[in-house]
Amino acid sequence: MSAVKKVLVVEQLKRTQMNELLGRGKRLDGRSLLDMRDLSVTTNVVEKAEGSARVKLGNTEVIAGVKVSLGTPFPDTPDKGLLVVSAEVLPLASPYAEPGPPDERSIELARVVDRGIRESGMIDVSKLVLEVGKHVYAVFADVSVLNVDGNLFDSTSYAVVAALLTTKIPKYEISPSGEPVKSEEMIPLPITTVPISVTMAKIGDYLIVDPTSEEEAVMDARITLVSDDKGNICAGQKGEPGFLSIDQILLASQICKSKGEEVRAIINKEVERAIGVPKQ
Amino acid sequence: MGKQGGDSTSLINSQGLRLDGRRFDELRPVSIEVGVLKNADGSAYIQFGKNKIMAAVYGPKEVHPKHSALADRSLLRCRYHMSPFSTEERKNPAPSRREIEISKVIREALEPALILEDYPRTAIDVFVEVLQSDGGSRCAGINAASVALADAGINMRDLVCACAAGKIAGQIVLDIDDTEDKEGQADLPIAIMPTSNRVTLFQLDGQLSNEEFSKAFNLALEGCKSLYQMQREALIRKYFGKDGNEAGEQ
Repeated sequence: MSAVKKVLVVEQLKRTQMNELLGRGKRLDGRSLLDMRDLSVTTNVVEKAEGSARVKLGNTEVIAGVKVSLGTPFPDTPDKGLLVVSAEVLPLASPYAEPGPPDERSIELARVVDRGIRESGMIDVSKLVLEVGKHVYAVFADVSVLNVDGNLFDSTSYAVVAALLTTKIPKYEISPSGEPVKSEEMIPLPITTVPISVTMAKIGDYLIVDPTSEEEAVMDARITLVSDDKGNICAGQKGEPGFLSIDQILLASQICKSKGEEVRAIINKEVERAIGVPKQ
Repeated sequence: MGKQGGDSTSLINSQGLRLDGRRFDELRPVSIEVGVLKNADGSAYIQFGKNKIMAAVYGPKEVHPKHSALADRSLLRCRYHMSPFSTEERKNPAPSRREIEISKVIREALEPALILEDYPRTAIDVFVEVLQSDGGSRCAGINAASVALADAGINMRDLVCACAAGKIAGQIVLDIDDTEDKEGQADLPIAIMPTSNRVTLFQLDGQLSNEEFSKAFNLALEGCKSLYQMQREALIRKYFGKDGNEAGEQ
Protein backbone atom coordinates (compact mmCIF):
# COMPACT_ATOMS: atom_id res chain seq x y z
CA MET A 1 0.00 0.00 0.00
CA SER A 2 1.16 3.48 -0.78
CA ALA A 3 1.50 6.07 1.93
CA VAL A 4 -0.72 8.50 0.03
CA LYS A 5 -3.55 9.89 2.10
CA LYS A 6 -6.87 8.88 0.66
CA VAL A 7 -9.12 11.62 1.94
CA LEU A 8 -9.03 15.38 2.12
CA VAL A 9 -8.22 16.52 5.63
CA VAL A 10 -9.30 19.99 6.71
CA GLU A 11 -7.31 21.56 9.51
CA GLN A 12 -8.96 22.22 12.85
CA LEU A 13 -8.21 25.93 12.45
CA LYS A 14 -10.20 26.05 9.23
CA ARG A 15 -13.06 24.06 10.74
CA THR A 16 -13.34 26.59 13.55
CA GLN A 17 -13.32 29.42 11.04
CA MET A 18 -15.95 27.65 8.94
CA ASN A 19 -18.23 27.19 11.95
CA GLU A 20 -17.85 30.81 13.03
CA LEU A 21 -18.71 31.99 9.52
CA LEU A 22 -21.76 29.72 9.32
CA GLY A 23 -23.04 31.31 12.52
CA ARG A 24 -22.99 34.63 10.64
CA GLY A 25 -24.63 33.13 7.56
CA LYS A 26 -21.40 33.10 5.53
CA ARG A 27 -19.04 30.50 4.10
CA LEU A 28 -15.31 30.31 3.44
CA ASP A 29 -15.68 31.35 -0.20
CA GLY A 30 -17.97 34.28 0.64
CA ARG A 31 -21.22 32.59 -0.31
CA SER A 32 -24.22 32.64 1.98
CA LEU A 33 -25.71 29.33 3.09
CA LEU A 34 -28.12 28.87 0.20
CA ASP A 35 -25.94 30.22 -2.63
CA MET A 36 -24.81 27.87 -5.38
CA ARG A 37 -21.42 28.39 -6.97
CA ASP A 38 -21.27 29.68 -10.55
CA LEU A 39 -22.74 27.08 -12.85
CA SER A 40 -21.80 26.87 -16.48
CA VAL A 41 -23.32 24.34 -18.84
CA THR A 42 -22.06 23.77 -22.39
CA THR A 43 -23.71 21.22 -24.63
CA ASN A 44 -22.52 19.42 -27.77
CA VAL A 45 -18.93 19.18 -26.64
CA VAL A 46 -18.31 15.70 -28.08
CA GLU A 47 -19.48 15.35 -31.68
CA LYS A 48 -19.40 11.56 -31.79
CA ALA A 49 -21.85 11.29 -28.93
CA GLU A 50 -25.55 11.65 -29.72
CA GLY A 51 -25.71 14.16 -26.88
CA SER A 52 -23.10 15.63 -24.56
CA ALA A 53 -22.53 18.34 -22.00
CA ARG A 54 -19.78 19.79 -19.90
CA VAL A 55 -20.66 21.27 -16.56
CA LYS A 56 -18.57 23.47 -14.31
CA LEU A 57 -19.90 24.07 -10.83
CA GLY A 58 -17.27 26.21 -9.15
CA ASN A 59 -14.12 24.15 -9.54
CA THR A 60 -15.98 20.88 -9.99
CA GLU A 61 -15.96 19.82 -13.62
CA VAL A 62 -17.76 16.93 -15.25
CA ILE A 63 -18.48 15.78 -18.78
CA ALA A 64 -21.42 13.64 -19.86
CA GLY A 65 -22.01 11.82 -23.11
CA VAL A 66 -25.08 10.00 -24.37
CA LYS A 67 -24.77 7.04 -26.73
CA VAL A 68 -27.85 5.46 -28.23
CA SER A 69 -28.08 2.07 -29.86
CA LEU A 70 -30.70 -0.56 -30.46
CA GLY A 71 -31.21 -3.30 -27.92
CA THR A 72 -33.66 -5.88 -26.70
CA PRO A 73 -35.91 -4.89 -23.80
CA PHE A 74 -35.83 -6.59 -20.41
CA PRO A 75 -38.26 -9.54 -20.32
CA ASP A 76 -40.33 -7.93 -17.53
CA THR A 77 -40.65 -4.59 -19.37
CA PRO A 78 -41.04 -5.57 -23.06
CA ASP A 79 -42.77 -2.27 -23.85
CA LYS A 80 -40.08 0.03 -22.48
CA GLY A 81 -36.80 1.27 -23.88
CA LEU A 82 -33.57 1.06 -21.93
CA LEU A 83 -32.05 3.94 -20.00
CA VAL A 84 -28.77 3.46 -18.17
CA VAL A 85 -26.98 6.25 -16.31
CA SER A 86 -23.53 5.66 -14.95
CA ALA A 87 -20.94 7.90 -13.35
CA GLU A 88 -17.26 7.59 -12.70
CA VAL A 89 -14.66 9.68 -10.90
CA LEU A 90 -11.66 9.61 -13.24
CA PRO A 91 -8.23 9.14 -11.65
CA LEU A 92 -7.15 12.46 -13.16
CA ALA A 93 -9.88 14.25 -11.23
CA SER A 94 -8.27 14.46 -7.80
CA PRO A 95 -5.15 13.44 -5.86
CA TYR A 96 -7.41 11.18 -3.83
CA ALA A 97 -8.99 9.34 -6.74
CA GLU A 98 -7.50 6.04 -7.77
CA PRO A 99 -7.97 3.83 -10.81
CA GLY A 100 -9.69 0.52 -10.31
CA PRO A 101 -13.16 -0.88 -9.91
CA PRO A 102 -15.73 1.63 -8.61
CA ASP A 103 -15.84 1.93 -4.82
CA GLU A 104 -19.05 2.33 -2.84
CA ARG A 105 -18.94 6.12 -3.20
CA SER A 106 -18.85 5.96 -7.01
CA ILE A 107 -21.59 3.35 -7.00
CA GLU A 108 -23.78 5.50 -4.77
CA LEU A 109 -23.10 8.54 -6.98
CA ALA A 110 -24.09 6.69 -10.16
CA ARG A 111 -27.18 5.13 -8.60
CA VAL A 112 -28.47 8.37 -7.07
CA VAL A 113 -28.00 10.27 -10.35
CA ASP A 114 -29.71 7.42 -12.21
CA ARG A 115 -32.58 7.42 -9.70
CA GLY A 116 -33.30 11.13 -10.22
CA ILE A 117 -33.47 10.79 -14.00
CA ARG A 118 -35.42 7.53 -13.93
CA GLU A 119 -37.95 8.30 -11.20
CA SER A 120 -38.75 11.75 -12.56
CA GLY A 121 -39.79 10.01 -15.79
CA MET A 122 -37.64 12.57 -17.65
CA ILE A 123 -37.43 10.23 -20.63
CA ASP A 124 -40.69 8.55 -21.61
CA VAL A 125 -39.19 5.10 -22.08
CA SER A 126 -42.47 3.73 -23.45
CA LYS A 127 -41.81 5.88 -26.56
CA LEU A 128 -38.40 4.29 -27.13
CA VAL A 129 -39.95 1.10 -28.48
CA LEU A 130 -39.70 0.02 -32.13
CA GLU A 131 -41.27 -3.40 -31.71
CA VAL A 132 -42.61 -4.61 -28.36
CA GLY A 133 -40.46 -7.34 -26.85
CA LYS A 134 -37.90 -7.20 -29.68
CA HIS A 135 -36.39 -3.86 -30.61
CA VAL A 136 -36.06 -0.82 -28.38
CA TYR A 137 -33.72 2.15 -28.15
CA ALA A 138 -31.05 1.75 -25.50
CA VAL A 139 -29.93 5.12 -24.11
CA PHE A 140 -26.63 5.13 -22.23
CA ALA A 141 -25.68 8.30 -20.37
CA ASP A 142 -22.14 8.15 -18.99
CA VAL A 143 -20.63 10.89 -16.86
CA SER A 144 -16.98 11.35 -16.05
CA VAL A 145 -15.82 13.61 -13.28
CA LEU A 146 -12.80 15.63 -14.50
CA ASN A 147 -12.06 17.75 -11.45
CA VAL A 148 -13.33 17.16 -7.94
CA ASP A 149 -14.32 20.07 -5.74
CA GLY A 150 -17.43 18.85 -4.00
CA ASN A 151 -21.06 18.30 -4.93
CA LEU A 152 -20.50 15.60 -7.53
CA PHE A 153 -24.13 14.50 -7.14
CA ASP A 154 -25.53 17.72 -8.58
CA SER A 155 -22.85 18.44 -11.18
CA THR A 156 -23.08 14.95 -12.70
CA SER A 157 -26.86 15.10 -12.64
CA TYR A 158 -26.90 18.49 -14.43
CA ALA A 159 -24.49 17.18 -17.07
CA VAL A 160 -26.65 14.13 -17.77
CA VAL A 161 -29.82 16.21 -17.92
CA ALA A 162 -28.27 18.76 -20.30
CA ALA A 163 -26.82 15.99 -22.49
CA LEU A 164 -30.16 14.15 -22.68
CA LEU A 165 -32.03 17.38 -23.50
CA THR A 166 -29.80 17.99 -26.52
CA THR A 167 -29.54 14.38 -27.68
CA LYS A 168 -30.58 13.60 -31.25
CA ILE A 169 -31.04 9.97 -32.20
CA PRO A 170 -31.40 8.43 -35.65
CA LYS A 171 -34.94 7.41 -36.41
CA TYR A 172 -35.37 3.71 -37.12
CA GLU A 173 -38.20 2.08 -39.07
CA ILE A 174 -39.16 -1.58 -39.01
CA SER A 175 -38.71 -2.95 -42.52
CA PRO A 176 -41.21 -5.38 -44.08
CA SER A 177 -38.83 -8.22 -43.19
CA GLY A 178 -39.13 -7.18 -39.53
CA GLU A 179 -35.64 -5.73 -39.16
CA PRO A 180 -35.03 -2.20 -37.90
CA VAL A 181 -33.59 0.09 -40.57
CA LYS A 182 -31.85 3.36 -39.79
CA SER A 183 -33.21 6.42 -41.57
CA GLU A 184 -31.51 9.75 -42.22
CA GLU A 185 -33.90 11.57 -39.95
CA MET A 186 -32.65 12.61 -36.50
CA ILE A 187 -35.16 12.96 -33.68
CA PRO A 188 -34.92 14.25 -30.09
CA LEU A 189 -35.53 11.97 -27.10
CA PRO A 190 -39.11 11.87 -25.72
CA ILE A 191 -38.54 14.35 -22.86
CA THR A 192 -41.34 14.92 -20.33
CA THR A 193 -39.70 16.99 -17.60
CA VAL A 194 -36.39 18.48 -16.48
CA PRO A 195 -35.40 16.97 -13.12
CA ILE A 196 -33.01 19.02 -11.01
CA SER A 197 -30.95 17.62 -8.18
CA VAL A 198 -30.11 19.80 -5.17
CA THR A 199 -27.61 18.55 -2.64
CA MET A 200 -27.29 20.05 0.80
CA ALA A 201 -24.68 19.46 3.48
CA LYS A 202 -25.47 19.58 7.17
CA ILE A 203 -22.69 21.16 9.21
CA GLY A 204 -23.64 21.48 12.88
CA ASP A 205 -27.11 23.03 12.89
CA TYR A 206 -26.75 24.53 9.43
CA LEU A 207 -27.91 23.31 6.05
CA ILE A 208 -25.90 24.63 3.10
CA VAL A 209 -26.39 24.01 -0.61
CA ASP A 210 -23.72 23.01 -3.11
CA PRO A 211 -20.89 22.08 -0.69
CA THR A 212 -17.24 22.31 -1.78
CA SER A 213 -14.77 19.50 -1.07
CA GLU A 214 -13.65 21.29 2.08
CA GLU A 215 -17.20 21.63 3.29
CA GLU A 216 -17.89 17.98 2.47
CA ALA A 217 -14.84 16.99 4.51
CA VAL A 218 -16.36 18.52 7.64
CA MET A 219 -20.08 17.87 7.02
CA ASP A 220 -22.07 15.59 9.32
CA ALA A 221 -24.56 14.44 6.72
CA ARG A 222 -25.58 15.08 3.16
CA ILE A 223 -29.02 15.08 1.60
CA THR A 224 -29.83 15.08 -2.11
CA LEU A 225 -33.36 15.77 -3.35
CA VAL A 226 -34.50 15.86 -6.96
CA SER A 227 -37.54 17.84 -8.11
CA ASP A 228 -39.29 17.93 -11.49
CA ASP A 229 -40.68 21.00 -13.22
CA LYS A 230 -44.16 20.49 -11.73
CA GLY A 231 -42.69 20.83 -8.24
CA ASN A 232 -42.88 17.14 -7.33
CA ILE A 233 -40.03 15.61 -5.40
CA CYS A 234 -39.00 12.48 -7.29
CA ALA A 235 -35.86 11.10 -5.67
CA GLY A 236 -33.85 11.51 -2.52
CA GLN A 237 -30.88 10.16 -0.65
CA LYS A 238 -29.29 10.92 2.68
CA GLY A 239 -25.61 10.09 2.92
CA GLU A 240 -22.67 10.16 5.35
CA PRO A 241 -22.67 8.87 8.92
CA GLY A 242 -24.53 11.73 10.57
CA PHE A 243 -28.19 12.49 11.09
CA LEU A 244 -30.70 15.17 10.08
CA SER A 245 -33.56 16.43 12.19
CA ILE A 246 -37.13 16.10 10.97
CA ASP A 247 -37.31 19.88 10.47
CA GLN A 248 -34.12 19.83 8.41
CA ILE A 249 -35.60 17.21 6.08
CA LEU A 250 -38.73 19.31 5.59
CA LEU A 251 -36.61 22.44 5.08
CA ALA A 252 -34.50 20.58 2.52
CA SER A 253 -37.65 19.64 0.61
CA GLN A 254 -38.46 23.36 0.27
CA ILE A 255 -34.93 24.42 -0.65
CA CYS A 256 -34.69 21.77 -3.36
CA LYS A 257 -37.54 23.37 -5.24
CA SER A 258 -36.49 27.02 -5.07
CA LYS A 259 -32.87 26.16 -5.96
CA GLY A 260 -34.10 23.67 -8.54
CA GLU A 261 -35.92 26.42 -10.41
CA GLU A 262 -32.78 28.56 -10.53
CA VAL A 263 -30.71 25.74 -11.97
CA ARG A 264 -33.43 24.61 -14.39
CA ALA A 265 -33.45 28.12 -15.89
CA ILE A 266 -29.69 27.97 -16.49
CA ILE A 267 -29.86 24.54 -18.12
CA ASN A 268 -32.90 25.43 -20.24
CA LYS A 269 -31.15 28.58 -21.46
CA GLU A 270 -28.17 26.58 -22.70
CA VAL A 271 -30.42 23.98 -24.29
CA GLU A 272 -32.37 26.71 -26.09
CA ARG A 273 -29.14 28.21 -27.35
CA ALA A 274 -27.98 24.80 -28.59
CA ILE A 275 -31.11 23.52 -30.28
CA GLY A 276 -33.11 26.67 -30.75
CA VAL A 277 -36.33 25.18 -29.36
CA PRO A 278 -37.39 25.87 -25.79
CA LYS A 279 -38.05 22.81 -23.69
CA GLN A 280 -41.05 22.86 -21.41
CA MET B 1 -37.33 -0.04 -11.13
CA GLY B 2 -39.28 2.83 -12.74
CA LYS B 3 -42.38 3.66 -10.80
CA GLN B 4 -44.16 5.56 -13.52
CA GLY B 5 -46.90 3.77 -15.41
CA GLY B 6 -48.37 0.40 -14.64
CA ASP B 7 -52.00 -0.12 -13.75
CA SER B 8 -51.91 0.47 -10.03
CA THR B 9 -55.60 1.11 -9.38
CA SER B 10 -56.17 -2.49 -8.25
CA LEU B 11 -53.63 -2.13 -5.41
CA ILE B 12 -56.38 -0.72 -3.15
CA ASN B 13 -59.91 -2.15 -3.34
CA SER B 14 -63.23 -0.38 -2.91
CA GLN B 15 -63.18 -0.98 0.86
CA GLY B 16 -59.84 0.81 1.03
CA LEU B 17 -57.94 -2.41 1.70
CA ARG B 18 -54.65 -3.36 0.07
CA LEU B 19 -53.84 -6.60 -1.77
CA ASP B 20 -52.91 -8.37 1.47
CA GLY B 21 -55.91 -6.90 3.33
CA ARG B 22 -54.03 -4.17 5.19
CA ARG B 23 -55.38 -0.67 5.79
CA PHE B 24 -53.35 2.32 4.57
CA ASP B 25 -51.59 2.78 7.91
CA GLU B 26 -51.00 -0.85 8.82
CA LEU B 27 -47.64 -2.59 9.07
CA ARG B 28 -47.11 -6.14 7.88
CA PRO B 29 -46.83 -8.66 10.74
CA VAL B 30 -43.42 -8.31 12.40
CA SER B 31 -41.58 -10.67 14.71
CA ILE B 32 -38.10 -10.13 16.10
CA GLU B 33 -36.01 -12.70 17.92
CA VAL B 34 -32.78 -11.76 19.68
CA GLY B 35 -29.64 -13.86 20.13
CA VAL B 36 -30.31 -16.48 17.48
CA LEU B 37 -26.73 -17.21 16.39
CA LYS B 38 -24.34 -18.78 18.89
CA ASN B 39 -21.05 -17.63 17.35
CA ALA B 40 -21.96 -14.00 16.87
CA ASP B 41 -21.43 -11.42 19.64
CA GLY B 42 -24.94 -10.21 18.92
CA SER B 43 -27.64 -11.38 16.54
CA ALA B 44 -31.27 -10.99 15.64
CA TYR B 45 -33.75 -12.58 13.27
CA ILE B 46 -36.59 -10.54 11.89
CA GLN B 47 -39.64 -11.58 9.95
CA PHE B 48 -41.21 -8.54 8.37
CA GLY B 49 -44.11 -9.69 6.24
CA LYS B 50 -42.48 -12.25 3.98
CA ASN B 51 -39.01 -10.81 4.59
CA LYS B 52 -36.84 -13.18 6.58
CA ILE B 53 -33.59 -11.54 7.61
CA MET B 54 -30.72 -12.58 9.85
CA ALA B 55 -28.43 -9.93 11.34
CA ALA B 56 -25.19 -10.67 13.15
CA VAL B 57 -22.61 -8.46 14.87
CA TYR B 58 -18.99 -9.40 15.45
CA GLY B 59 -16.86 -7.07 17.54
CA PRO B 60 -15.40 -4.90 18.79
CA LYS B 61 -12.48 -6.94 17.44
CA GLU B 62 -9.02 -6.54 15.98
CA VAL B 63 -8.95 -4.79 12.60
CA HIS B 64 -7.70 -6.58 9.51
CA PRO B 65 -6.08 -5.16 7.45
CA LYS B 66 -4.43 -3.22 10.26
CA HIS B 67 -3.88 0.01 8.33
CA SER B 68 -7.62 0.57 8.13
CA ALA B 69 -7.90 0.91 11.92
CA LEU B 70 -8.94 4.32 13.24
CA ALA B 71 -6.99 5.85 16.11
CA ASP B 72 -9.95 7.53 17.80
CA ARG B 73 -12.87 5.20 17.26
CA SER B 74 -14.03 1.84 16.07
CA LEU B 75 -14.33 1.09 12.36
CA LEU B 76 -17.92 0.17 11.55
CA ARG B 77 -18.33 -2.13 8.58
CA CYS B 78 -21.55 -3.42 7.14
CA ARG B 79 -22.50 -5.99 4.56
CA TYR B 80 -26.06 -6.30 3.26
CA HIS B 81 -26.42 -9.41 1.16
CA MET B 82 -29.29 -11.25 -0.48
CA SER B 83 -29.16 -15.03 -0.59
CA PRO B 84 -29.43 -16.48 -4.12
CA PHE B 85 -32.70 -18.19 -3.14
CA SER B 86 -34.24 -15.09 -1.53
CA THR B 87 -35.95 -13.84 -4.68
CA GLU B 88 -38.35 -15.03 -7.40
CA GLU B 89 -35.51 -15.42 -9.93
CA ARG B 90 -32.22 -16.73 -8.56
CA LYS B 91 -30.03 -13.82 -7.51
CA ASN B 92 -26.39 -13.93 -8.49
CA PRO B 93 -24.56 -14.35 -5.16
CA ALA B 94 -21.88 -11.79 -6.06
CA PRO B 95 -22.61 -8.41 -4.40
CA SER B 96 -24.56 -6.23 -6.83
CA ARG B 97 -24.26 -2.45 -7.11
CA ARG B 98 -27.60 -2.23 -5.32
CA GLU B 99 -26.29 -4.30 -2.40
CA ILE B 100 -23.12 -2.20 -2.17
CA GLU B 101 -25.19 0.99 -2.00
CA ILE B 102 -27.56 -0.50 0.59
CA SER B 103 -24.62 -1.70 2.69
CA LYS B 104 -23.36 1.88 2.71
CA VAL B 105 -26.67 3.49 3.66
CA ILE B 106 -27.33 0.88 6.39
CA ARG B 107 -23.89 1.56 7.88
CA GLU B 108 -24.57 5.30 7.80
CA ALA B 109 -28.01 4.75 9.34
CA LEU B 110 -26.57 2.80 12.29
CA GLU B 111 -23.43 4.85 12.90
CA PRO B 112 -25.02 7.91 14.59
CA ALA B 113 -26.50 5.62 17.27
CA LEU B 114 -23.22 3.91 18.13
CA ILE B 115 -20.66 5.34 20.54
CA LEU B 116 -17.73 4.24 18.40
CA GLU B 117 -15.29 6.48 20.31
CA ASP B 118 -15.53 3.94 23.15
CA TYR B 119 -13.66 1.33 21.08
CA PRO B 120 -10.64 2.92 19.37
CA ARG B 121 -8.48 0.79 17.03
CA THR B 122 -11.12 -1.92 16.72
CA ALA B 123 -13.64 -3.02 14.12
CA ILE B 124 -17.33 -3.79 14.45
CA ASP B 125 -18.78 -5.91 11.66
CA VAL B 126 -22.49 -5.96 10.95
CA PHE B 127 -23.82 -8.61 8.60
CA VAL B 128 -27.34 -8.45 7.23
CA GLU B 129 -28.35 -11.55 5.30
CA VAL B 130 -31.66 -11.51 3.48
CA LEU B 131 -32.90 -15.11 3.39
CA GLN B 132 -36.18 -14.16 1.77
CA SER B 133 -37.04 -10.74 0.41
CA ASP B 134 -40.39 -9.06 -0.03
CA GLY B 135 -39.82 -5.32 -0.38
CA GLY B 136 -38.57 -3.14 2.44
CA SER B 137 -35.65 -5.42 3.21
CA ARG B 138 -33.27 -2.54 3.94
CA CYS B 139 -35.61 -1.25 6.65
CA ALA B 140 -36.19 -4.71 8.09
CA GLY B 141 -32.42 -5.27 7.99
CA ILE B 142 -31.73 -2.04 9.90
CA ASN B 143 -34.29 -3.00 12.57
CA ALA B 144 -32.62 -6.38 13.02
CA ALA B 145 -29.06 -5.00 12.90
CA SER B 146 -29.82 -2.38 15.53
CA VAL B 147 -31.20 -5.02 17.90
CA ALA B 148 -28.21 -7.25 17.17
CA LEU B 149 -25.85 -4.36 18.07
CA ALA B 150 -27.68 -3.93 21.37
CA ASP B 151 -27.48 -7.71 21.91
CA ALA B 152 -23.71 -7.51 21.31
CA GLY B 153 -23.49 -4.99 24.15
CA ILE B 154 -22.09 -2.21 21.96
CA ASN B 155 -22.49 1.18 23.65
CA MET B 156 -25.37 2.94 21.95
CA ARG B 157 -27.16 6.27 22.24
CA ASP B 158 -30.41 4.80 21.01
CA LEU B 159 -31.81 2.02 18.89
CA VAL B 160 -32.32 2.70 15.20
CA CYS B 161 -35.69 1.82 13.76
CA ALA B 162 -36.67 1.93 10.13
CA CYS B 163 -39.85 1.84 8.12
CA ALA B 164 -41.00 2.93 4.68
CA ALA B 165 -44.04 4.77 3.46
CA GLY B 166 -45.07 4.96 -0.14
CA LYS B 167 -47.66 5.96 -2.68
CA ILE B 168 -49.80 3.31 -4.31
CA ALA B 169 -52.94 3.81 -6.40
CA GLY B 170 -52.63 7.54 -5.67
CA GLN B 171 -52.72 7.06 -1.89
CA ILE B 172 -50.04 7.42 0.77
CA VAL B 173 -49.63 4.14 2.65
CA LEU B 174 -47.34 2.68 5.30
CA ASP B 175 -44.81 -0.11 4.70
CA ILE B 176 -45.08 -1.08 1.03
CA ASP B 177 -44.34 -4.66 0.04
CA ASP B 178 -42.68 -5.95 -3.12
CA THR B 179 -45.76 -5.82 -5.38
CA GLU B 180 -46.70 -2.37 -4.10
CA ASP B 181 -43.14 -1.20 -4.69
CA LYS B 182 -43.07 -2.44 -8.27
CA GLU B 183 -46.58 -1.30 -9.24
CA GLY B 184 -46.79 1.77 -7.01
CA GLN B 185 -45.60 5.32 -7.57
CA ALA B 186 -43.21 6.06 -4.73
CA ASP B 187 -41.17 4.47 -1.95
CA LEU B 188 -39.79 6.49 0.98
CA PRO B 189 -37.70 4.41 3.40
CA ILE B 190 -36.43 6.20 6.51
CA ALA B 191 -34.68 5.29 9.74
CA ILE B 192 -34.66 7.29 12.95
CA MET B 193 -33.22 7.30 16.44
CA PRO B 194 -36.63 7.42 18.13
CA THR B 195 -35.66 9.08 21.41
CA SER B 196 -34.24 12.16 19.70
CA ASN B 197 -36.13 12.05 16.37
CA ARG B 198 -32.88 12.04 14.43
CA VAL B 199 -33.24 10.86 10.85
CA THR B 200 -30.35 8.56 9.94
CA LEU B 201 -31.61 7.01 6.72
CA PHE B 202 -33.57 8.80 4.07
CA GLN B 203 -34.18 7.63 0.53
CA LEU B 204 -36.89 8.38 -1.98
CA ASP B 205 -37.79 6.70 -5.26
CA GLY B 206 -40.75 8.08 -7.15
CA GLN B 207 -42.80 11.23 -7.40
CA LEU B 208 -44.50 12.96 -4.49
CA SER B 209 -46.04 16.42 -4.33
CA ASN B 210 -45.08 18.63 -1.40
CA GLU B 211 -48.19 17.66 0.55
CA GLU B 212 -47.76 13.95 -0.20
CA PHE B 213 -44.12 14.17 0.81
CA SER B 214 -44.80 15.46 4.31
CA LYS B 215 -47.73 13.06 4.72
CA ALA B 216 -45.61 10.07 3.71
CA PHE B 217 -42.70 11.25 5.84
CA ASN B 218 -44.90 11.58 8.93
CA LEU B 219 -46.53 8.21 8.29
CA ALA B 220 -43.12 6.56 8.00
CA LEU B 221 -42.09 8.24 11.29
CA GLU B 222 -45.14 6.68 12.98
CA GLY B 223 -44.15 3.31 11.51
CA CYS B 224 -40.65 3.69 12.93
CA LYS B 225 -42.10 4.30 16.40
CA SER B 226 -44.16 1.09 16.21
CA LEU B 227 -41.00 -0.77 15.24
CA TYR B 228 -39.20 0.75 18.24
CA GLN B 229 -41.74 -0.86 20.59
CA MET B 230 -41.27 -4.24 18.91
CA GLN B 231 -37.48 -3.95 19.12
CA ARG B 232 -37.69 -3.11 22.83
CA GLU B 233 -40.07 -5.99 23.49
CA ALA B 234 -37.76 -8.40 21.65
CA LEU B 235 -34.77 -7.30 23.76
CA ILE B 236 -36.80 -7.48 26.96
CA ARG B 237 -37.95 -11.03 26.08
CA LYS B 238 -34.34 -12.09 25.60
CA TYR B 239 -32.98 -10.52 28.77
CA PHE B 240 -35.96 -10.71 31.15
CA GLY B 241 -37.52 -14.01 30.09
CA LYS B 242 -40.87 -14.89 28.53
CA ASP B 243 -43.06 -12.88 30.88
CA GLY B 244 -40.48 -10.14 31.17
CA ASN B 245 -42.78 -7.48 29.87
CA GLU B 246 -43.51 -6.11 33.33
CA ALA B 247 -40.03 -6.78 34.62
CA GLY B 248 -38.61 -4.79 31.74
CA GLU B 249 -40.77 -1.74 32.12
CA GLN B 250 -39.75 0.93 34.61
